This record gives sequence, C-alpha cells and structure tokens, in this order.
Amino acid sequence: MKLHKLMLGTAAAALGASALLAPVASAQAAEQFFPSLVYRTGPYAPNGTPFANGYSDYLRLVNERGGINGVKIKVEECETGYSTARIVECYERLKGANGGATVFQPLSTGGTFALTEKAPVDKIPLITAGLGRSESADGGVFKWNFPLLGTYWVAADTLVQHVGNQAGGLDKLKGKNIALIYHDSAYGKEPIPLLQKRAEMHGFKLTLLPVAHPGVEQKATWLQVRRDRPDYVFLWGWGVMNSTAIKEAVATGYPRNKMYGVWWSGAEPDVKDVAANAKGYNALALQHGAEKDASVVKEVLAKLHDQGKGTGPREEVGDVLYMRGLISAMLATEGMRVAQAKYGKGKVITGEQMRWGLENMNLTDIGLRSLGFGGVMRTTSTSCSDHMGAAWVRVHTWNGKAWEFTSDWLEGDRKVLDPMVKTTADKYGAEKGIKRRPASDCNA
Amino acid sequence: MLYRENGQFKTSYRADQSIFPVAQDRWFVWGLVAFAFFVVPFIFDDYFFLAILIPFLIMALAAVGVNILVGYCGQISLGSGAFMAVGAYAAYNAMIRVDGMPLIVALLIGGFCATLAGMLFGIPSLRVRGLYLAVATLAAQFFWDWAFLRVGWFTNYTPSGSVAVGKLQVLNWTIDSPVDKYLFCLGFLVVFAVLAKNLVRSAIGRNWMAIRDMDVAAAVIGIRPIYAKLSAFAVSSFMVGVAGGLWGFVYLGSWEPAAFDVQTSFQLLFMVIIGGMGSIMGAIMGAAFIISLPIFLNQFLPVLGELVGVTISTAGVSHAEYMIFGALIVWFLIVEPHGLAKLWSIAKQKLRVWPFPH
Repeated sequence: MKLHKLMLGTAAAALGASALLAPVASAQAAEQFFPSLVYRTGPYAPNGTPFANGYSDYLRLVNERGGINGVKIKVEECETGYSTARIVECYERLKGANGGATVFQPLSTGGTFALTEKAPVDKIPLITAGLGRSESADGGVFKWNFPLLGTYWVAADTLVQHVGNQAGGLDKLKGKNIALIYHDSAYGKEPIPLLQKRAEMHGFKLTLLPVAHPGVEQKATWLQVRRDRPDYVFLWGWGVMNSTAIKEAVATGYPRNKMYGVWWSGAEPDVKDVAANAKGYNALALQHGAEKDASVVKEVLAKLHDQGKGTGPREEVGDVLYMRGLISAMLATEGMRVAQAKYGKGKVITGEQMRWGLENMNLTDIGLRSLGFGGVMRTTSTSCSDHMGAAWVRVHTWNGKAWEFTSDWLEGDRKVLDPMVKTTADKYGAEKGIKRRPASDCNA
Repeated sequence: MLYRENGQFKTSYRADQSIFPVAQDRWFVWGLVAFAFFVVPFIFDDYFFLAILIPFLIMALAAVGVNILVGYCGQISLGSGAFMAVGAYAAYNAMIRVDGMPLIVALLIGGFCATLAGMLFGIPSLRVRGLYLAVATLAAQFFWDWAFLRVGWFTNYTPSGSVAVGKLQVLNWTIDSPVDKYLFCLGFLVVFAVLAKNLVRSAIGRNWMAIRDMDVAAAVIGIRPIYAKLSAFAVSSFMVGVAGGLWGFVYLGSWEPAAFDVQTSFQLLFMVIIGGMGSIMGAIMGAAFIISLPIFLNQFLPVLGELVGVTISTAGVSHAEYMIFGALIVWFLIVEPHGLAKLWSIAKQKLRVWPFPH
C-alpha cells in the first residue's frame, strides 16, 4: 500500500517536474554569452574533451585579460555526446539564454547540418573551424556559416598534393591506389567528392572503406587493406576510431608512414595508446600542431592553471586538440572585437552584429602576436563571399613521443576548390530557394 | 467520489460502444486535448516547444505505432528506427522529385512506403516468434541503414548523405514558428491516436490481441495469422513512417541516416515497455518519460548541486544522468511491470473508491 502511494507520488512528481524544464537562466547585463556545445562523455570524449578544455580556457583567459574592450564573457557548457538530436536540444536551450547566444561552434558535422537550417532563422552565426559542410565557404549562399581556416575539401586537396609531392609530382600518382578509411557519416563522406575529382584529374584509384559509428569495429576494413595493399591510406576518423585504426594498421602490418589522417585524426589521444608503434604516422595540422611553447599557452598556464582556475589537466595544455579549442575560441572573440569596432566598443553585441564581425575579420601577424598566437597560425581574413579565409595546412608526423612538422606550408588549390564550392552551394541554394546575396547585402 | 460512474446509464448501443464510457474520462480527455491545442501554445517558450514538446509528440506517435505491433499483436520488433527512416526518406524524395507536392501528402507517402517496408520485413513473423523475431527484424534496421548510406538516389546524390527540406507549408499556413510546428505535430498525434484507439477496439484489433495471447488458439477459432500479423506490421509501420517524416522534416530539418539508427529502435521499444504494452495512453506516457526525463535530469542536477553547494562538472552531470535514468527504469519495471499505463489505471481505481476503500 505504502509502496503504491510512493509510486504514484513519484509518477506525479515526474509529470510535474517536466513543467519545470524551462531553462533556468539568470541573465546578467554587460556580459557576452558564448554557449559551448561539448562532448566530455561517449566514444568521442577522448577528442572532444581537450577541445572543450581549450575553448573554455581561452574564454577565461580573455576575461583575465579584462574582456573584449571591457566586455566580459560568460560561458555555459552543454553536453551533447556528439548526438545530433542532443546538439539540437542544447542549441535550443542556450540560444536565448543569458541574453542571447553570440555564436555556436558545434564541433560535429552532423550537428552543423542540422544547425545550418536553424541559424538563419535565429540570426546566430555558426563557426565550424576546420569542419562542417565544405560548400558553406561560399558566403554568398551560406550567410551564417563560417568554416574558418579550412574545410574537408581543403584537407583532401592538400593531402593529395602532399602525397603527390612525396611521389615526385602529381602526375606520378597515376595508377596508384589511395584508400580512404572514413567515419560513415556526413563527416567522413565530406571529402569524397573532392577525392573523386582529384582521382579523375591524376588517374589514381580511390578505394572507399567506410567504418560504422563509433568505429571500434574495423577488422573487415583492414582485411581489405591487407588484400589490396593501397599505396596510401587516408584516415577520416574521430574519437576512438582513430586509435583503433592505428592499432589495426600495426596488427595488419601496414606501414604507418603511408597513412595520412585529416586534422581530426592527428592528435595525442589518437596515437598515445600505441606510442612507439605509431611512429611515422602522418596527419594534417590545421595550421597549428602541438604548441607547448606558444606564448598564449604560457599565459594560460600562468594566469589560469597556476591559479587553480584552469580547465582540465595541466599537462594537456598545448596539445593539438587543446590548441584547436583555443584557436576556435580566439576566432570567435576576434570576430566579436571586429563587430564591436563597428557597432560600439564596450557594448554587448547581437548575433547579427557578430556575423558581420566574422565576415570582416582580418587577423594580421601583429594582431596574432599580440594575442599570443605568433608562430601558431598564419594570417587570415574573411569577406562577404569567402567565409573560410586562408586555407593553409601543414603535415605533422608522430615520432613516437611527439608530433613534429614534416612538410612545408600547403595551400588548397583554389582552381579546384572554388568551382566545386560554387556549384554545390548553388545546388543547395536552389533546393532551399535561397538567392545569392547581392553586393548591397555585404555592407549591411 | 469525484470519479464515479454511478448514475451514468447507457441507454443506446452507441453509448455502450463509446471510447470513454465513463463521463469523467471523456471530459478529462477532451479537456486535455483542448488544453494542448488552446492553452499550451500561449504558456510555454520556444525552447520548451522545440526541445521537449515537439520531439515528445513525434516520438509518441511512433510509440503508438510500435505499440500496435508489440503491445497489441505481440510481435517484438527492433526495426522501428528503420521504418522511421523509410518514412523520412520517402517523404523527402516525394517532396523534391514532384513539384508542388503538398506536405501532408508527402508525409503520407512516406508512411505508405514504410508500410510496404514493414510488411516485407514482417513476413518472417509468420515463421519465427518472440526474441527470434526481434532479431529477424533487426535485419530491417541494417538493410535500410545500408541503403540510405550507400544508394545515392535516396539522398538525391548529396555528397555527405545528409538531406534537408525547404519551407514547410500546408495550404496557406507556413509552418515555421515553434508553435506552428507544435500544432502540426499535435494534429497528427491526435488524429492517429484516435484512429489507433478505434482500430484496436474493432474486429481487427481483437484479431491482433488473440494472436498475441495465443496464436495457435487464434488460428483454431478462425483468425488467419498471416492476415492479422501483416496487418499489424502495416498499420504500425505506417504510423512509424509518418513519425519518421515528421522527425526529419519538423524536428531536425536536416538529417543523415544516423538519425534513425538502432538506438532509435531500442528507444521506441523501451517507450512501449515502460509506458505499458497494449495501451495507447501508455505509449504516449512512455514517450514523455523517455524523451523528457534525461533532459530534465541534465538541467535539474546542476541546480540541485548548487543548492547543496556542489558544482557538478558537465561530464559528471552526463554520467549521473545515465545512471539515474537507468536506475529509474529498473525501479519502475520492478514496482510496476505493466508500465505507466497501469499506474494510471490504479490511480483511477483509487479515485473511484475514495474515500471508502473497503
């Protein structure tokens, strides 16, 4: 009897509680709100966590430095577990919280696809630095997307260039076999059209080997690698898929120095488990690698971690994905600085103003050095039509203990990329009934 | 006392056959529907609509569909996620390939295609039963996952395999605000719930239940198993397919096959089990439980932590959410194996005899 009463009570409480679900927000004026969609749990946590730590640390550092023209930054994290439905939920939860979100950085290509449909309605820009949909570099159609620093097509293009250089010229790729081992999702499939195009241009054979989410089961894939012995393996993995792939390569006996990962497959969590055996494994670096000596890293250590205010373990500060988080946050706050210069210094800006800021960014050498990013990344600038900016990458190689750069700067070939970006963006525009933005819209 | 049918006499067959024979039930449900249509749109904010109510309504629709198959006909299916995917992709293809295709027709086409897929993958149910059937229906999940990932035609050859739909419009009603979307989904749920409720009280519903309770005996008294089982698969898949279309079109807006993975199938099955097998109301309550409880925990735990002066990390909240959610499911199943719907009917019984329970 009592048990039943308790039970009924709980059921009633559960129903009543759902009425309390409305977001609990206590807004404070004069703070710029940066929502942070993170995944610190699930199969992608090993890679999601350092990124989230870097993102959070940089925004704290900005506050330690006195904010952007005096405007402090407020951060709120929302755990997504890399699930698209949860990313949408977090987006809806945070978009209006704390006086309105400034910018979202989903760190998930599937999530980017979903949010791309929502951002124009809510007038909140999306930064997808080094991820997202490649055609969104076209600002004429994708007004609210900013795939800053590089897209997957840039990654695929530069990888082909790099292996071409290794072979002694792109024409030497003729007849070679390149296998793409990719995460079977929107993320992993992004580079395929570009690789197919390059395969047509240079006459190499492209073998597509998908790996199902979450990527821990790759036996069949590597059996095929063992059988075909491709000349190069490109790895488009994320989370546990990366370390599994490298372990399988060791087991299969595939030479690690013939393996090239995208910039999401080239960080410490991916190779740490195998350490010495992963020696020779290459990956793209989205401009930066592990940057333990950068002045921004020293500043983070001095102002945050030494004071006990840092996020995550101290020894991971300056690791590859930590740096990616740091840079992603920096791109956002710099966009905010540009927007403030136009719409009022020391004021809280709206999402629309932020969008203008991101579109008119110009990160110079002096600017980067003053922020502590000297030597970490190159200059870049965006415009109304170009939402990506400079597309520079390097290749770094795991030497058994650390990542070190093994190539010169490479740039995505605009002659190959631009027509593809334009055609695909136009196709999207036609499907959605979006007209290309006229020049007058750019100054608005 | 409040809830008593004393004095309510049924004087016609019509009254005897009504869905809610007790007047209080009737008023309550009418009140609830009226509340959902006329009051809810004015009292909640956008977040509540977009993140909780809309996914709840869509999943409730799917759960009602799954409940017809699992709860009423006794055929355990793990292919529901796939049928949702079929509905979503078929509706998408109908939209983009036919100019001026009306939204509702596209969604119904999605449901129809899911029906065909459901019947096809329901054929093994004529030979295998119970857990074996569950495993057999997993084939549907894997097959459709594969098809939407690999066959370019389904996704209109988009490079990433992710598809999106444009503006949603029914006649002159543009569905873009959260309230519009909510009302649109609510409309579907109400219509289909009434249809389902009437189906399960009709001859065909009794056929399903006879098959569920003992298929040999049902066959002996003249019920054709092939007809009963496949019709259950068809009706169930139709609803699940329409729900899939809504999930893609209204809730996500843009989706890839991973949006309908095997996890979705499990979730739907859990909704039915927790809500109560063989109850329309139970399916809806189960959906509410599975959809809103994790989100509630996710937001409530940090607040609770602050009250007692503990800051819980983002990861900590997420882990705690899983643990508490899991524990609650186990607890509910132990204290009431027949699900939330049974709790509901116990509550009604208590109200009926109150204040003199003996």
